[in-house]
Amino acid sequence: MSNEGKMDCGRRRLVVATAAVGGAGAVAALVPFVSSLLPSERAKAAGAPVEVDISKLEPGQMMTVEWRGKPVWIINRNKDMLETLPKLADAVADPKSDKKMQPEYCKNDTRSIKPEIMVVVGICTHLGCSPSSKFKKGAEEGMGGDWMGGFLCPCHGSTFDFAGRVYKNKPAPDNLEVPPHVYLTDTRILIGEDKKGA
Amino acid sequence: MAAGNFEKYKSDGSLGGNLLEWVDARFPATSMWKGHLSEYYAPKNFNFWYFFGSLALLVLVIQIVTGIFLVMHYKPDAALNANGVPVAFASVEYIMRDVPGGWLIRYMHSTGASAFFIVVYLHIFRGLLYGSYRKPRELTWLFGVGIFLCLMGEAFFGYLLPWGQMSFWGAQVIVNLFSAIPLVGQDLSIIIRGDFVVGDATLNRFFAFHVIAFPLVLLGLVAAHVLALHETGSNNPDGVEIKANKDENGIPRDGIPFHPYYTVKDIVGVVVFLIVFSAVMFFAPEGGGYFLEYNNFFPADPLKTPPHIAPVWYFTPYYSVLRAMVWNFFGLEAKFWGVVGMGASVVIFAFLPWLDRSPVKSIRYRGPIYKTMLTIFVICFFILGYLGTQPPSFWGEKISQVCTLFYFGFFLAMPWWSRMDKFKAVPDRVTMK
Amino acid sequence: MKKFLTALLFAPLMAFASGGVHLDTWPGSVSDKAGLQNGAKLFVNYCLNCHGASYMRYKNLTELGLSEQQVKDNLMFTADKIGELMRVAARTDEQKAWFGAAPPDLTVIARARASEMGSGADWLYTYLRTFYKDDKRPTGWNNVAFDNVGMPHILWELQGTQVMGEDHKLKLEVPGKLSPADYDKAVSDLVGFLVWMAEPQQEFRKTLGYGVIAFLALLFVVAYALKKEYWKDIH
Repeated sequence: MSNEGKMDCGRRRLVVATAAVGGAGAVAALVPFVSSLLPSERAKAAGAPVEVDISKLEPGQMMTVEWRGKPVWIINRNKDMLETLPKLADAVADPKSDKKMQPEYCKNDTRSIKPEIMVVVGICTHLGCSPSSKFKKGAEEGMGGDWMGGFLCPCHGSTFDFAGRVYKNKPAPDNLEVPPHVYLTDTRILIGEDKKGA
Repeated sequence: MAAGNFEKYKSDGSLGGNLLEWVDARFPATSMWKGHLSEYYAPKNFNFWYFFGSLALLVLVIQIVTGIFLVMHYKPDAALNANGVPVAFASVEYIMRDVPGGWLIRYMHSTGASAFFIVVYLHIFRGLLYGSYRKPRELTWLFGVGIFLCLMGEAFFGYLLPWGQMSFWGAQVIVNLFSAIPLVGQDLSIIIRGDFVVGDATLNRFFAFHVIAFPLVLLGLVAAHVLALHETGSNNPDGVEIKANKDENGIPRDGIPFHPYYTVKDIVGVVVFLIVFSAVMFFAPEGGGYFLEYNNFFPADPLKTPPHIAPVWYFTPYYSVLRAMVWNFFGLEAKFWGVVGMGASVVIFAFLPWLDRSPVKSIRYRGPIYKTMLTIFVICFFILGYLGTQPPSFWGEKISQVCTLFYFGFFLAMPWWSRMDKFKAVPDRVTMK
Repeated sequence: MKKFLTALLFAPLMAFASGGVHLDTWPGSVSDKAGLQNGAKLFVNYCLNCHGASYMRYKNLTELGLSEQQVKDNLMFTADKIGELMRVAARTDEQKAWFGAAPPDLTVIARARASEMGSGADWLYTYLRTFYKDDKRPTGWNNVAFDNVGMPHILWELQGTQVMGEDHKLKLEVPGKLSPADYDKAVSDLVGFLVWMAEPQQEFRKTLGYGVIAFLALLFVVAYALKKEYWKDIH
């Protein structure tokens, strides 16, 4: 009673039709299961934009806020710090921020909306450690004499300048990511969203 | 007929053929396929009642898959969260609201639980109709009883997890049943709970039993059930052994290959089942308060028993048997006999192969005695089930005692009454109706 | 015999009226968006002070046809993010000390209050309309649907004050801000909101159900034709 040999056209057509309709149903049945793996409403609520008051942030200081479970640094860069940036153009891998690691409105020399205020995700683009701040110049931070100040990732030694740009020949491939953000007022930043409202 | 003496696959030279030959030389792929599907010969006269075996397998798969996804979000924790609600209860509502598609997965699982019992009850009833438990299928039947016991445990443990009022008080009552066992009972119920009341420890161990221990045992028993069945071959509505009449190739004359004939037939059964399943799941997921009990939408409160607690519907017949036992015998209290009666009312099914002494298997060739007895048995089962959902009452107790008496009488007197019937002659070959 | 068995099978599903109060049927519907919006407003103004709806996010309220800004401006008093849960401001342990028992979370109350006597909506609709003055109670209030209720009549300003007459019927002693008909409508809206909140996706669930069953019907036609085709062989 082997059927492969004598399977006629009508029968084959019905097998194909049943398999097609049944297969479509099986794929549709996957939808709730796959979508249940996506971030839940709770995760979305936890990942909602964060409002930060920077009125107390003195020049030369840095603060860290949590957004989507990641540290976001806000650095009020003083004149010294800003002056280091053009000098480092040859030392960093992507001085002009050509790679898409920042929103369009931060693709500039300081990688920020306002020149002084740097907003950046404090997660190394290599394997996800959080770099530590090494703000003082030279040997004081144990970084070697020509260190201009910036960040050092403790895991694999990548270094970043005050605009979060990665130095050349380091494990990290990209500059630190600048999150979408917007100034609600002069001293209030909303991190996680570009447009005001909601 | 079982897996074994099939020729190994010979490649036709194509890449796929070579791969299959390579695999088949190292793994019994061909022989399993042929032994269990394409050359497993099933009687050609299966009727409506023969859908429920494969449907039970389908529901098992639904429960396992949905269960895996529920475990990703559920938290077995009886502590109160910041809003004063138990974490476990809140995590179920989290699945229902915050997890994308979570409500659908949860309803599949909760509807699946009831569907499992409906399908399995119909499957067992098929066994009673056609004598499927009789020689040579006693082991298949025993594995089946094991599956049923395991399923009851699985359902009981799972019912605690939403940590609602019915979860809590249901577990409280059932665990206290064990305290009725003389001498060790009190200690036993404490060991089961891991606490002096049903609490966080109980919830966590029930979770472990529900998601891993019992499913593993269940899968093993299901495999044994199917393997034993395929060793003896399936029974059929005529109760005729098709292996007794083989053609020159050794193939039963009344047998047809399970695949494709019964696969295409079972697909139809599966689709009809899914339509009914979907109708309940999408339009009445609470099943009128029987599939999801209303009181279970209140979080567990150890200080307040709901006015009326009843087990979920699939346990109610046995629960009625428990409540029907109100006398002290042999110096042991009624509570103990209630537990014994409840346990016995399930386990007694295991003895059917040896209790039934009739010369024929199928109800088609049995006489009026069996038909009457089976009908009354089913009616008693339904009455017991109904009374189990109701609050205790005077008449309810009397009626459940009568039904319990008949329930056990059906089994215990079977060696006598099953012989006395007026039997019809069993044909040599199966009949197509 | 089959018919008899079917009748038996469904016997337990039939309404079983045990001696309890008669419940009025809730006249509303969860597809009435305007009613649900009004119910949401009543809920946050009158209920949310003591009862949480802590599985529910404010964001879900946008499904009632409101914009996020409308929800923020009109319905959010104690939270500042739209994604937050509808928590109660008071702490549950403090409430327990004040009321003897913490007021229950109301998110799924419409499902929990269902019984053989009627749907959860019917119970709530009856409950919220049958508070009456009772000096024997510490709060001064009692209720027909919920005897010796712990909660005072929060909506008394709207309904007025009822008393229990000799004939065991409620009489409106002091009229409230709303006429009896308007009060019934307001309660109906509030109950509608509670029913919706207990399962916000319930309408979508049914819509999806029709789609799934229609699809399965198609699959049945094909699968049945396939079965017929194969079983031609079997005699």
